Amino acid sequence: MNNELIYIILALGIGALTIIMAIIAILNKKLSIAVVAAGVVSLFASILYLFMSAPDVAMTEAAIGSGLATLIFFYVLNKIKKYND
Amino acid sequence: MIRNFLIGLVLASFVYIFYNLYVSYEPKTELTGIAAHYAEQGAKEVGAANLVTAVVVTYRGFDTMGEVTILFLTASIIGFFLKLNKKDEKKVIIHKGTSELLVTSAQLLVPIIFLFGVYVFINGHLTPGGGFQGGAIIASGIALLIMANPNKEINHHAILWIESISGIMFVIIGLLGIALAGGFLDNRFISLGTFGDLFSAGAIPLIYSFIGLKVGAEISNILNKYQKSQKES
Repeated sequence: MNNELIYIILALGIGALTIIMAIIAILNKKLSIAVVAAGVVSLFASILYLFMSAPDVAMTEAAIGSGLATLIFFYVLNKIKKYND
Repeated sequence: MIRNFLIGLVLASFVYIFYNLYVSYEPKTELTGIAAHYAEQGAKEVGAANLVTAVVVTYRGFDTMGEVTILFLTASIIGFFLKLNKKDEKKVIIHKGTSELLVTSAQLLVPIIFLFGVYVFINGHLTPGGGFQGGAIIASGIALLIMANPNKEINHHAILWIESISGIMFVIIGLLGIALAGGFLDNRFISLGTFGDLFSAGAIPLIYSFIGLKVGAEISNILNKYQKSQKES
């Protein structure tokens, strides 16, 4: 019972952090910070999936959402910067 | 003013829809219909300890083939749009230099990441994970490699060959399922073996290995294209 309560509090905390990171990703004027924040959203989401006992989905989310997608966004950002200069 | 009003309207309708869903939601206490069949008969029929794999690879194998095809299409379209001309191909990416930490840790970690990816897709029928996850992990190893050395040349032809051969083998195994067992992607044409062993569950380890190689090669190909597109100025 006590264990369950700890899990619920952890899950709620991570959920709140996810929402805060998502808001940062939308509102921040600096694109690089927004991309990193979007990556962190995926990372927290993968922890939430783990809590909901879906390790398969958590693995995919962590590898693609926060790893590869962030890297691709940075490549594109670099490209956009070159054109803007 | 009108814009804000419209945004408010859309948000209000979302709240209305989700509130209705929330009110009418009743958690089910037991599995029903096809889910109950999968949960009760899955281990006996397919022989996979990981039921998610049993559903993804055999019962819903057609969906998996569609997903792999979509990924292939994405990789091809990205390759089409990011194609470099001959002059840019020979250029070198100019960068501010990578940190010693990244280079050293890449040398140490990349083989281990590859090994872990292979472990994940070979053990797909026993532990959580499978072809897609293993492929994504392998591709993240490639990502580390090209971050540590931005001018690293990845063998383009090897990636293409691995990708096409595993795609063809995936379909051939599916057709063998029709010829020798019950239907497309039926895994029972190889004996199911002992439940829980590494070489068990019929053709599932084979199918998932090919899916893993295919997904890994496709995502690596996408990363390689993006890396090369940095040469263009």
